[in-house]
Amino acid sequence: MSTVLLINLSYVIAAALFVFGLKLLSSAATARRGNMISAIGMLIAVIVTLLDQAIVEFQWILLGVVIGAVIGALGARLVAMTAMPEMVALFNGFGGLASLLVGWAALYEHQLGLFTLITVALSILIGGLTFTGSMVAYGKLSERISGKPVLFTGQQVVNGALVLAILASAAMFCMDPADHTWLYVLIGLSFVFGIMAVIPIGGADMPVVISLLNSYSGLAACAAGFAIGNMILIVAGSLVGASGIILTQIMCKAMNRSLTNVLFSGFGSASSGGTAIEGEVNPIDPQDAYYILEAASSVVVIPGYGMAVAQAQHAVKELQELLEENGCEVVYGIHPVAGRMPGHMNVLLAEADVSYDLLLEMDEINARMPTIDVAIVIGANDVVNPAAKEVEDSPIYGMPIISADQAHTVFVLKRSMASGFAGIDNPLFFKENTRMLFGDARESLTQVIREFE
Amino acid sequence: MEAVFLTFILMLSIFLGFELINKVPSTLHTPLMSGSNAISGITLVGALSSAGGGFEQLATILGVAAVALATINVVGGYLVTDRMLAMFKKKGDGK
Repeated sequence: MSTVLLINLSYVIAAALFVFGLKLLSSAATARRGNMISAIGMLIAVIVTLLDQAIVEFQWILLGVVIGAVIGALGARLVAMTAMPEMVALFNGFGGLASLLVGWAALYEHQLGLFTLITVALSILIGGLTFTGSMVAYGKLSERISGKPVLFTGQQVVNGALVLAILASAAMFCMDPADHTWLYVLIGLSFVFGIMAVIPIGGADMPVVISLLNSYSGLAACAAGFAIGNMILIVAGSLVGASGIILTQIMCKAMNRSLTNVLFSGFGSASSGGTAIEGEVNPIDPQDAYYILEAASSVVVIPGYGMAVAQAQHAVKELQELLEENGCEVVYGIHPVAGRMPGHMNVLLAEADVSYDLLLEMDEINARMPTIDVAIVIGANDVVNPAAKEVEDSPIYGMPIISADQAHTVFVLKRSMASGFAGIDNPLFFKENTRMLFGDARESLTQVIREFE
Repeated sequence: MEAVFLTFILMLSIFLGFELINKVPSTLHTPLMSGSNAISGITLVGALSSAGGGFEQLATILGVAAVALATINVVGGYLVTDRMLAMFKKKGDGK
Protein backbone atom coordinates (compact mmCIF):
# COMPACT_ATOMS: atom_id res chain seq x y z
CA MET A 1 0.00 0.00 0.00
CA SER A 2 2.78 2.41 0.88
CA THR A 3 4.38 1.96 -2.57
CA VAL A 4 1.10 2.87 -4.20
CA LEU A 5 0.90 5.95 -2.02
CA LEU A 6 4.48 6.89 -2.87
CA ILE A 7 3.80 6.47 -6.57
CA ASN A 8 0.73 8.62 -6.47
CA LEU A 9 2.36 11.33 -4.39
CA SER A 10 5.24 11.40 -6.86
CA TYR A 11 2.72 11.81 -9.67
CA VAL A 12 1.42 14.89 -7.90
CA ILE A 13 4.95 16.29 -7.81
CA ALA A 14 5.46 15.41 -11.48
CA ALA A 15 2.23 17.18 -12.39
CA ALA A 16 3.33 20.26 -10.43
CA LEU A 17 6.64 20.25 -12.29
CA PHE A 18 4.85 20.05 -15.67
CA VAL A 19 2.68 23.01 -14.73
CA PHE A 20 5.64 25.00 -13.46
CA GLY A 21 7.68 24.11 -16.55
CA LEU A 22 4.91 25.33 -18.86
CA LYS A 23 4.63 28.50 -16.82
CA LEU A 24 8.33 29.24 -17.32
CA LEU A 25 7.81 28.77 -21.06
CA SER A 26 5.98 32.07 -21.14
CA SER A 27 9.24 34.01 -21.32
CA ALA A 28 12.20 33.39 -23.60
CA ALA A 29 14.59 34.10 -20.72
CA THR A 30 13.24 31.28 -18.55
CA ALA A 31 11.95 28.89 -21.20
CA ARG A 32 14.97 26.63 -21.24
CA ARG A 33 14.79 26.14 -17.51
CA GLY A 34 11.08 25.44 -17.84
CA ASN A 35 11.74 22.67 -20.35
CA MET A 36 14.34 21.17 -18.02
CA ILE A 37 11.93 21.24 -15.08
CA SER A 38 9.24 19.57 -17.13
CA ALA A 39 11.77 16.88 -18.15
CA ILE A 40 12.61 16.29 -14.48
CA GLY A 41 8.90 15.84 -13.80
CA MET A 42 8.79 13.22 -16.54
CA LEU A 43 11.83 11.44 -15.14
CA ILE A 44 10.27 11.27 -11.68
CA ALA A 45 7.00 9.92 -13.07
CA VAL A 46 8.80 7.20 -15.03
CA ILE A 47 11.10 6.12 -12.22
CA VAL A 48 8.41 5.80 -9.56
CA THR A 49 6.23 3.87 -11.98
CA LEU A 50 8.98 1.28 -12.18
CA LEU A 51 8.72 0.83 -8.40
CA ASP A 52 5.25 -0.59 -8.90
CA GLN A 53 5.25 -4.16 -7.64
CA ALA A 54 3.01 -5.24 -10.47
CA ILE A 55 5.92 -4.70 -12.84
CA VAL A 56 7.88 -7.91 -12.98
CA GLU A 57 9.58 -8.08 -16.36
CA PHE A 58 12.12 -5.32 -16.67
CA GLN A 59 13.95 -6.74 -19.67
CA TRP A 60 11.08 -5.83 -22.00
CA ILE A 61 10.86 -2.34 -20.62
CA LEU A 62 14.57 -1.87 -21.04
CA LEU A 63 14.38 -3.04 -24.64
CA GLY A 64 11.64 -0.53 -25.47
CA VAL A 65 13.32 2.34 -23.64
CA VAL A 66 16.69 1.78 -25.29
CA ILE A 67 15.20 1.62 -28.79
CA GLY A 68 13.11 4.72 -28.18
CA ALA A 69 15.86 6.73 -26.51
CA VAL A 70 18.37 6.07 -29.27
CA ILE A 71 15.95 7.00 -32.06
CA GLY A 72 14.67 10.02 -30.15
CA ALA A 73 18.10 11.36 -29.27
CA LEU A 74 19.47 10.89 -32.78
CA GLY A 75 16.43 12.52 -34.32
CA ALA A 76 16.62 15.49 -31.97
CA ARG A 77 20.32 16.05 -32.59
CA LEU A 78 20.38 15.57 -36.33
CA VAL A 79 17.25 17.36 -37.49
CA ALA A 80 17.85 20.64 -39.32
CA MET A 81 15.99 23.62 -37.91
CA THR A 82 14.21 24.08 -41.23
CA ALA A 83 12.87 20.54 -40.90
CA MET A 84 11.37 21.20 -37.48
CA PRO A 85 7.70 21.15 -38.60
CA GLU A 86 7.92 17.63 -40.00
CA MET A 87 9.88 16.51 -36.95
CA VAL A 88 7.14 17.72 -34.63
CA ALA A 89 4.54 16.04 -36.84
CA LEU A 90 6.45 12.78 -36.63
CA PHE A 91 6.77 12.92 -32.84
CA ASN A 92 3.07 13.74 -32.55
CA GLY A 93 2.29 10.65 -34.56
CA PHE A 94 4.43 8.41 -32.38
CA GLY A 95 2.77 9.77 -29.26
CA GLY A 96 -0.65 9.04 -30.74
CA LEU A 97 0.28 5.51 -31.71
CA ALA A 98 1.74 4.86 -28.25
CA SER A 99 -1.54 5.92 -26.65
CA LEU A 100 -3.47 3.66 -29.01
CA LEU A 101 -1.30 0.72 -27.97
CA VAL A 102 -1.65 1.53 -24.26
CA GLY A 103 -5.43 1.63 -24.61
CA TRP A 104 -5.42 -1.64 -26.53
CA ALA A 105 -3.10 -3.39 -24.07
CA ALA A 106 -5.38 -2.35 -21.20
CA LEU A 107 -7.87 -4.90 -22.53
CA TYR A 108 -5.62 -7.75 -21.50
CA GLU A 109 -4.88 -6.53 -18.03
CA HIS A 110 -8.14 -6.17 -16.18
CA GLN A 111 -11.81 -6.85 -16.38
CA LEU A 112 -13.14 -3.59 -17.74
CA GLY A 113 -16.39 -1.82 -16.98
CA LEU A 114 -18.42 0.02 -19.59
CA PHE A 115 -16.96 3.44 -18.81
CA THR A 116 -13.43 2.11 -19.14
CA LEU A 117 -14.31 0.34 -22.38
CA ILE A 118 -15.57 3.60 -23.81
CA THR A 119 -12.31 5.31 -22.85
CA VAL A 120 -10.36 2.43 -24.42
CA ALA A 121 -12.32 2.98 -27.63
CA LEU A 122 -11.61 6.71 -27.38
CA SER A 123 -7.88 6.28 -26.89
CA ILE A 124 -7.79 3.94 -29.89
CA LEU A 125 -9.78 6.35 -32.01
CA ILE A 126 -7.86 9.52 -31.08
CA GLY A 127 -4.51 7.76 -30.99
CA GLY A 128 -5.11 6.14 -34.37
CA LEU A 129 -6.20 9.27 -36.16
CA THR A 130 -3.37 11.25 -34.58
CA PHE A 131 -0.93 8.67 -35.90
CA THR A 132 -2.02 8.51 -39.53
CA GLY A 133 -2.97 12.20 -39.61
CA SER A 134 0.52 13.11 -38.42
CA MET A 135 2.11 10.80 -40.95
CA VAL A 136 0.21 12.50 -43.78
CA ALA A 137 1.18 15.90 -42.35
CA TYR A 138 4.77 14.68 -42.17
CA GLY A 139 4.60 13.59 -45.81
CA LYS A 140 3.19 16.92 -46.91
CA LEU A 141 5.66 18.98 -44.89
CA SER A 142 8.70 17.05 -46.01
CA GLU A 143 7.31 17.12 -49.55
CA ARG A 144 7.35 13.37 -49.84
CA ILE A 145 3.77 13.74 -50.99
CA SER A 146 2.16 16.71 -52.68
CA GLY A 147 1.26 19.61 -50.39
CA LYS A 148 -1.82 20.32 -52.48
CA PRO A 149 -5.20 19.63 -50.93
CA VAL A 150 -6.77 16.38 -52.11
CA LEU A 151 -10.43 16.85 -52.80
CA PHE A 152 -12.96 14.68 -54.57
CA THR A 153 -16.69 14.86 -55.07
CA GLY A 154 -18.65 13.22 -52.32
CA GLN A 155 -15.84 13.68 -49.84
CA GLN A 156 -18.20 14.97 -47.16
CA VAL A 157 -20.47 11.98 -47.71
CA VAL A 158 -17.57 9.54 -47.44
CA ASN A 159 -16.34 11.24 -44.27
CA GLY A 160 -19.81 11.26 -42.80
CA ALA A 161 -20.17 7.55 -43.48
CA LEU A 162 -16.77 6.99 -41.94
CA VAL A 163 -17.80 8.75 -38.73
CA LEU A 164 -20.96 6.65 -38.53
CA ALA A 165 -18.96 3.47 -39.11
CA ILE A 166 -16.54 4.44 -36.35
CA LEU A 167 -19.38 5.12 -33.91
CA ALA A 168 -21.03 1.82 -34.80
CA SER A 169 -17.89 -0.26 -34.45
CA ALA A 170 -17.03 1.49 -31.19
CA ALA A 171 -20.48 0.63 -29.87
CA MET A 172 -20.18 -3.00 -30.98
CA PHE A 173 -16.78 -3.21 -29.38
CA CYS A 174 -18.05 -1.84 -26.05
CA MET A 175 -20.93 -4.31 -26.03
CA ASP A 176 -18.78 -7.34 -26.73
CA PRO A 177 -15.14 -6.62 -25.87
CA ALA A 178 -14.22 -10.31 -25.88
CA ASP A 179 -14.73 -10.46 -29.64
CA HIS A 180 -11.78 -8.61 -31.05
CA THR A 181 -13.14 -8.28 -34.57
CA TRP A 182 -14.71 -4.93 -33.76
CA LEU A 183 -11.53 -3.80 -32.08
CA TYR A 184 -9.56 -4.36 -35.27
CA VAL A 185 -12.26 -2.70 -37.36
CA LEU A 186 -12.13 0.30 -35.03
CA ILE A 187 -8.35 0.56 -35.28
CA GLY A 188 -8.49 0.33 -39.08
CA LEU A 189 -11.24 2.94 -39.35
CA SER A 190 -9.36 5.33 -37.04
CA PHE A 191 -6.33 5.06 -39.29
CA VAL A 192 -8.43 5.76 -42.38
CA PHE A 193 -10.11 8.68 -40.64
CA GLY A 194 -6.75 10.29 -39.79
CA ILE A 195 -5.72 10.12 -43.45
CA MET A 196 -9.05 11.44 -44.70
CA ALA A 197 -8.94 14.31 -42.21
CA VAL A 198 -5.56 15.64 -43.32
CA ILE A 199 -5.42 15.05 -47.10
CA PRO A 200 -7.88 17.88 -47.91
CA ILE A 201 -5.70 20.41 -46.10
CA GLY A 202 -3.21 22.45 -48.11
CA GLY A 203 0.40 23.34 -47.34
CA ALA A 204 -0.27 26.86 -46.13
CA ASP A 205 -2.79 25.59 -43.58
CA MET A 206 -0.26 23.28 -41.98
CA PRO A 207 0.26 25.48 -38.89
CA VAL A 208 -3.37 24.81 -37.96
CA VAL A 209 -3.11 21.09 -38.61
CA ILE A 210 0.08 20.64 -36.62
CA SER A 211 -1.38 22.50 -33.65
CA LEU A 212 -4.51 20.42 -33.83
CA LEU A 213 -2.60 17.13 -34.05
CA ASN A 214 -0.50 18.31 -31.12
CA SER A 215 -3.69 18.75 -29.19
CA TYR A 216 -4.94 15.30 -30.22
CA SER A 217 -1.74 13.61 -29.10
CA GLY A 218 -2.40 15.06 -25.65
CA LEU A 219 -6.04 14.04 -25.69
CA ALA A 220 -5.05 10.51 -26.75
CA ALA A 221 -2.75 10.27 -23.73
CA CYS A 222 -5.59 11.61 -21.63
CA ALA A 223 -8.00 8.95 -22.91
CA ALA A 224 -5.37 6.27 -22.30
CA GLY A 225 -5.13 7.63 -18.75
CA PHE A 226 -8.83 7.00 -18.27
CA ALA A 227 -8.47 3.53 -19.75
CA ILE A 228 -5.85 2.48 -17.24
CA GLY A 229 -7.06 4.72 -14.40
CA ASN A 230 -3.84 6.71 -14.18
CA MET A 231 -4.11 10.27 -13.01
CA ILE A 232 -0.81 11.64 -14.29
CA LEU A 233 -1.74 10.67 -17.83
CA ILE A 234 -4.99 12.54 -17.51
CA VAL A 235 -3.40 15.69 -16.10
CA ALA A 236 -0.43 15.84 -18.47
CA GLY A 237 -2.53 14.80 -21.47
CA SER A 238 -5.14 17.47 -20.90
CA LEU A 239 -2.48 20.16 -20.40
CA VAL A 240 -1.13 19.28 -23.84
CA GLY A 241 -4.63 19.03 -25.27
CA ALA A 242 -5.46 22.52 -24.03
CA SER A 243 -2.19 23.93 -25.30
CA GLY A 244 -2.76 22.54 -28.79
CA ILE A 245 -6.29 23.89 -28.90
CA ILE A 246 -5.12 27.38 -27.99
CA LEU A 247 -2.45 27.35 -30.66
CA THR A 248 -5.03 26.13 -33.17
CA GLN A 249 -7.29 29.01 -32.23
CA ILE A 250 -4.48 31.56 -32.59
CA MET A 251 -3.59 30.18 -36.03
CA CYS A 252 -7.19 30.24 -37.23
CA LYS A 253 -7.62 33.81 -36.05
CA ALA A 254 -4.45 34.82 -37.86
CA MET A 255 -5.99 33.53 -41.07
CA ASN A 256 -9.43 34.94 -40.33
CA ARG A 257 -10.97 31.53 -40.84
CA SER A 258 -12.92 29.17 -38.68
CA LEU A 259 -11.56 25.78 -37.77
CA THR A 260 -14.28 24.01 -39.74
CA ASN A 261 -13.36 26.08 -42.77
CA VAL A 262 -9.69 25.05 -42.48
CA LEU A 263 -10.54 21.40 -41.95
CA PHE A 264 -13.10 20.92 -44.67
CA SER A 265 -12.78 23.53 -47.39
CA GLY A 266 -9.49 22.54 -49.02
CA PHE A 267 -8.42 26.16 -49.27
CA GLY A 268 -6.31 27.05 -52.25
CA SER A 269 -7.92 24.55 -54.55
CA ALA A 270 -10.81 26.85 -55.25
CA SER A 271 -10.18 28.87 -58.36
CA SER A 272 -9.13 32.24 -57.05
CA GLY A 273 -11.90 34.66 -57.67
CA GLY A 274 -11.31 38.36 -58.01
CA THR A 275 -10.29 40.50 -60.87
CA ALA A 276 -7.03 39.91 -62.67
CA ILE A 277 -4.51 42.43 -61.55
CA GLU A 278 -3.44 44.98 -64.10
CA GLY A 279 -0.10 46.65 -64.00
CA GLU A 280 3.57 46.08 -64.33
CA VAL A 281 6.11 44.76 -61.94
CA ASN A 282 9.31 46.70 -61.40
CA PRO A 283 12.33 44.46 -61.19
CA ILE A 284 15.48 45.72 -59.55
CA ASP A 285 19.05 44.46 -59.55
CA PRO A 286 21.12 43.88 -56.40
CA GLN A 287 23.24 46.94 -57.02
CA ASP A 288 20.28 49.32 -57.05
CA ALA A 289 18.84 47.51 -54.06
CA TYR A 290 22.09 48.23 -52.30
CA TYR A 291 21.89 51.97 -53.05
CA ILE A 292 18.41 52.16 -51.57
CA LEU A 293 19.35 50.11 -48.51
CA GLU A 294 22.46 52.17 -47.93
CA ALA A 295 20.37 55.32 -47.72
CA ALA A 296 17.70 53.74 -45.50
CA SER A 297 17.56 54.47 -41.80
CA SER A 298 14.94 51.88 -40.90
CA VAL A 299 14.41 48.45 -42.45
CA VAL A 300 11.93 45.73 -41.62
CA VAL A 301 12.44 42.17 -42.77
CA ILE A 302 9.28 40.11 -43.33
CA PRO A 303 10.17 36.44 -43.69
CA GLY A 304 7.95 33.62 -44.91
CA TYR A 305 8.21 29.95 -45.76
CA GLY A 306 10.45 30.82 -48.73
CA MET A 307 13.17 31.90 -46.31
CA ALA A 308 13.11 28.41 -44.80
CA VAL A 309 13.21 26.77 -48.23
CA ALA A 310 16.15 28.89 -49.38
CA GLN A 311 17.90 28.51 -45.99
CA ALA A 312 18.36 32.27 -46.16
CA GLN A 313 18.25 33.04 -42.43
CA HIS A 314 22.03 33.34 -42.04
CA ALA A 315 22.30 35.68 -45.03
CA VAL A 316 19.49 37.75 -43.53
CA LYS A 317 21.41 38.06 -40.29
CA GLU A 318 24.54 39.10 -42.18
CA LEU A 319 22.61 41.81 -43.99
CA GLN A 320 21.16 42.95 -40.67
CA GLU A 321 24.64 43.41 -39.22
CA LEU A 322 25.86 45.36 -42.24
CA LEU A 323 22.84 47.63 -42.12
CA GLU A 324 23.26 48.20 -38.41
CA GLU A 325 26.92 49.13 -38.92
CA ASN A 326 25.63 51.60 -41.43
CA GLY A 327 23.49 53.23 -38.74
CA CYS A 328 20.22 51.71 -39.89
CA GLU A 329 17.66 50.19 -37.52
CA VAL A 330 16.61 46.66 -38.47
CA VAL A 331 13.61 44.82 -37.08
CA TYR A 332 11.65 41.76 -38.18
CA GLY A 333 7.91 41.51 -38.73
CA ILE A 334 6.63 38.03 -37.99
CA HIS A 335 3.15 36.98 -39.06
CA PRO A 336 1.63 34.30 -36.80
CA VAL A 337 1.12 31.87 -39.69
CA ALA A 338 4.34 32.59 -41.58
CA GLY A 339 6.00 29.26 -42.29
CA ARG A 340 4.63 25.80 -41.75
CA MET A 341 4.16 25.72 -38.00
CA PRO A 342 3.50 28.19 -35.20
CA GLY A 343 6.68 30.13 -34.44
CA HIS A 344 8.57 28.60 -37.37
CA MET A 345 10.25 31.87 -38.42
CA ASN A 346 11.28 32.70 -34.87
CA VAL A 347 13.17 29.43 -34.53
CA LEU A 348 14.98 29.90 -37.84
CA LEU A 349 16.03 33.43 -36.97
CA ALA A 350 17.11 32.29 -33.51
CA GLU A 351 19.27 29.70 -35.22
CA ALA A 352 20.93 32.51 -37.17
CA ASP A 353 21.56 34.31 -33.87
CA VAL A 354 19.06 37.09 -34.38
CA SER A 355 18.14 38.64 -31.03
CA TYR A 356 14.54 37.71 -30.18
CA ASP A 357 13.61 41.23 -29.05
CA LEU A 358 13.96 42.36 -32.68
CA LEU A 359 11.18 39.99 -33.75
CA LEU A 360 8.01 42.06 -33.67
CA GLU A 361 4.50 40.69 -33.81
CA MET A 362 2.11 41.76 -36.52
CA ASP A 363 0.25 44.55 -34.68
CA GLU A 364 3.42 46.12 -33.41
CA ILE A 365 5.12 46.23 -36.80
CA ASN A 366 2.00 47.45 -38.60
CA ALA A 367 1.80 50.46 -36.30
CA ARG A 368 5.34 51.39 -37.30
CA MET A 369 5.14 50.50 -40.98
CA PRO A 370 4.43 54.00 -42.39
CA THR A 371 7.69 55.26 -40.86
CA ILE A 372 9.78 52.41 -42.26
CA ASP A 373 12.04 53.19 -45.22
CA VAL A 374 12.41 49.71 -46.68
CA ALA A 375 10.38 46.55 -46.10
CA ILE A 376 12.17 43.43 -47.35
CA VAL A 377 9.77 40.57 -48.01
CA ILE A 378 11.65 37.29 -48.12
CA GLY A 379 9.73 34.30 -49.34
CA ALA A 380 6.47 35.52 -47.87
CA ASN A 381 3.43 36.04 -50.04
CA ASP A 382 -0.05 35.60 -48.63
CA VAL A 383 0.81 37.17 -45.27
CA VAL A 384 1.67 40.47 -46.99
CA ASN A 385 -1.04 40.32 -49.64
CA PRO A 386 -2.97 43.60 -49.61
CA ALA A 387 -5.84 41.83 -51.37
CA ALA A 388 -6.80 40.70 -47.88
CA LYS A 389 -7.72 44.31 -47.18
CA GLU A 390 -8.66 45.66 -50.58
CA VAL A 391 -10.25 42.98 -52.74
CA GLU A 392 -13.55 41.97 -51.23
CA ASP A 393 -14.05 38.84 -53.30
CA SER A 394 -10.55 37.55 -52.68
CA PRO A 395 -10.49 34.20 -50.86
CA ILE A 396 -8.21 35.67 -48.22
CA TYR A 397 -10.26 38.84 -47.74
CA GLY A 398 -10.33 39.74 -44.04
CA MET A 399 -7.18 37.91 -43.09
CA PRO A 400 -4.95 40.14 -40.97
CA ILE A 401 -1.73 40.88 -42.86
CA ILE A 402 1.53 42.68 -42.34
CA SER A 403 1.06 45.92 -44.28
CA ALA A 404 4.38 45.86 -46.08
CA ASP A 405 2.87 48.04 -48.81
CA GLN A 406 2.78 51.00 -46.39
CA ALA A 407 6.55 51.19 -46.14
CA HIS A 408 8.21 53.77 -48.38
CA THR A 409 9.83 51.09 -50.51
CA VAL A 410 9.15 47.38 -50.61
CA PHE A 411 11.63 44.81 -51.83
CA VAL A 412 10.15 41.44 -52.66
CA LEU A 413 12.63 38.58 -52.93
CA LYS A 414 11.01 35.94 -55.02
CA ARG A 415 11.98 33.11 -57.25
CA SER A 416 9.47 33.92 -59.98
CA MET A 417 6.06 35.45 -60.44
CA ALA A 418 4.24 32.28 -59.34
CA SER A 419 1.53 32.94 -56.78
CA GLY A 420 1.79 31.77 -53.18
CA PHE A 421 0.48 28.59 -51.63
CA ALA A 422 -2.99 29.99 -51.45
CA GLY A 423 -2.82 30.37 -55.23
CA ILE A 424 -3.89 33.99 -55.16
CA ASP A 425 -2.39 36.87 -57.11
CA ASN A 426 -0.67 39.42 -54.97
CA PRO A 427 -1.33 43.09 -55.84
CA LEU A 428 1.64 44.04 -53.68
CA PHE A 429 3.96 43.01 -56.51
CA PHE A 430 2.34 45.55 -58.82
CA LYS A 431 2.42 48.54 -56.49
CA GLU A 432 4.40 51.59 -57.43
CA ASN A 433 6.67 51.43 -54.42
CA THR A 434 7.44 47.73 -54.88
CA ARG A 435 10.68 46.44 -56.41
CA MET A 436 11.06 42.78 -57.28
CA LEU A 437 14.39 41.11 -56.70
CA PHE A 438 14.02 37.89 -58.66
CA GLY A 439 16.06 34.80 -57.92
CA ASP A 440 16.85 32.48 -55.06
CA ALA A 441 16.43 34.46 -51.83
CA ARG A 442 19.80 33.48 -50.44
CA GLU A 443 21.59 34.22 -53.72
CA SER A 444 19.96 37.64 -53.98
CA LEU A 445 20.83 38.53 -50.40
CA THR A 446 24.41 37.43 -50.89
CA GLN A 447 24.69 39.66 -53.94
CA VAL A 448 23.34 42.65 -52.02
CA ILE A 449 25.71 41.88 -49.15
CA ARG A 450 28.62 41.78 -51.58
CA GLU A 451 27.77 45.32 -52.69
CA PHE A 452 28.26 46.48 -49.11
CA GLU A 453 31.81 45.21 -49.04
CA MET B 1 -17.43 7.26 -8.48
CA GLU B 2 -13.86 6.99 -9.71
CA ALA B 3 -15.00 8.02 -13.18
CA VAL B 4 -16.46 11.23 -11.76
CA PHE B 5 -13.29 11.88 -9.80
CA LEU B 6 -11.09 11.45 -12.87
CA THR B 7 -13.37 13.63 -14.98
CA PHE B 8 -13.13 16.30 -12.31
CA ILE B 9 -9.34 16.25 -12.62
CA LEU B 10 -9.65 16.41 -16.39
CA MET B 11 -11.83 19.51 -16.21
CA LEU B 12 -9.46 21.34 -13.86
CA SER B 13 -6.36 20.46 -15.91
CA ILE B 14 -7.92 21.71 -19.11
CA PHE B 15 -8.70 25.08 -17.56
CA LEU B 16 -5.23 25.24 -16.07
CA GLY B 17 -3.75 24.42 -19.47
CA PHE B 18 -5.69 27.25 -21.13
CA GLU B 19 -4.49 29.74 -18.52
CA LEU B 20 -0.86 28.65 -18.80
CA ILE B 21 -0.60 28.57 -22.57
CA ASN B 22 -2.41 31.84 -23.17
CA LYS B 23 0.59 33.65 -21.75
CA VAL B 24 3.16 32.10 -24.06
CA PRO B 25 4.43 34.68 -26.61
CA SER B 26 4.29 33.74 -30.30
CA THR B 27 8.11 33.71 -30.46
CA LEU B 28 8.05 30.56 -28.38
CA HIS B 29 5.25 28.73 -30.13
CA THR B 30 7.49 26.14 -31.78
CA PRO B 31 9.36 25.21 -28.59
CA LEU B 32 6.00 25.17 -26.83
CA MET B 33 4.69 22.64 -29.31
CA SER B 34 7.70 20.37 -29.17
CA GLY B 35 7.87 20.73 -25.39
CA SER B 36 4.21 19.91 -24.86
CA ASN B 37 4.65 17.10 -27.35
CA ALA B 38 7.29 15.67 -25.04
CA ILE B 39 4.83 15.93 -22.16
CA SER B 40 2.26 13.96 -24.14
CA GLY B 41 4.85 11.20 -24.08
CA ILE B 42 3.60 10.70 -20.50
CA THR B 43 1.71 7.80 -22.04
CA LEU B 44 5.06 6.05 -21.45
CA VAL B 45 4.03 5.65 -17.82
CA GLY B 46 1.01 3.65 -18.91
CA ALA B 47 3.07 1.68 -21.41
CA LEU B 48 5.53 0.60 -18.72
CA SER B 49 2.99 -1.41 -16.82
CA SER B 50 1.71 -3.10 -19.97
CA ALA B 51 5.22 -4.03 -21.06
CA GLY B 52 6.46 -5.26 -17.72
CA GLY B 53 3.30 -6.52 -16.04
CA GLY B 54 3.81 -10.14 -17.05
CA PHE B 55 0.51 -10.24 -18.90
CA GLU B 56 -0.16 -12.43 -21.89
CA GLN B 57 2.22 -12.21 -24.80
CA LEU B 58 0.19 -9.85 -26.97
CA ALA B 59 -0.12 -7.32 -24.13
CA THR B 60 3.64 -7.42 -23.62
CA ILE B 61 4.33 -6.90 -27.32
CA LEU B 62 1.91 -3.99 -27.46
CA GLY B 63 3.48 -2.61 -24.30
CA VAL B 64 7.03 -2.79 -25.60
CA ALA B 65 6.06 -1.08 -28.84
CA ALA B 66 4.26 1.61 -26.84
CA VAL B 67 7.27 2.07 -24.56
CA ALA B 68 9.58 2.52 -27.55
CA LEU B 69 7.28 5.00 -29.31
CA ALA B 70 6.57 7.00 -26.18
CA THR B 71 10.26 7.13 -25.32
CA ILE B 72 11.03 8.55 -28.76
CA ASN B 73 8.45 11.20 -27.99
CA VAL B 74 9.83 11.99 -24.54
CA VAL B 75 13.56 11.88 -25.23
CA GLY B 76 13.36 13.42 -28.70
CA GLY B 77 10.83 16.04 -27.63
CA TYR B 78 12.76 17.33 -24.65
CA LEU B 79 16.12 17.28 -26.40
CA VAL B 80 14.94 19.06 -29.51
CA THR B 81 13.13 21.67 -27.42
CA ASP B 82 16.27 22.27 -25.41
CA ARG B 83 18.29 22.57 -28.59
CA MET B 84 15.90 25.18 -29.94
CA LEU B 85 15.64 27.17 -26.74
CA ALA B 86 19.41 27.29 -26.42
CA MET B 87 19.42 29.34 -29.62
CA PHE B 88 17.03 32.00 -28.38
CA LYS B 89 19.29 34.86 -27.37
CA LYS B 90 18.83 38.49 -26.71
CA LYS B 91 21.40 41.02 -27.77
CA GLY B 92 23.92 41.41 -24.99
CA ASP B 93 23.53 37.89 -23.68
CA GLY B 94 26.92 36.25 -23.54
CA LYS B 95 27.45 33.84 -26.38
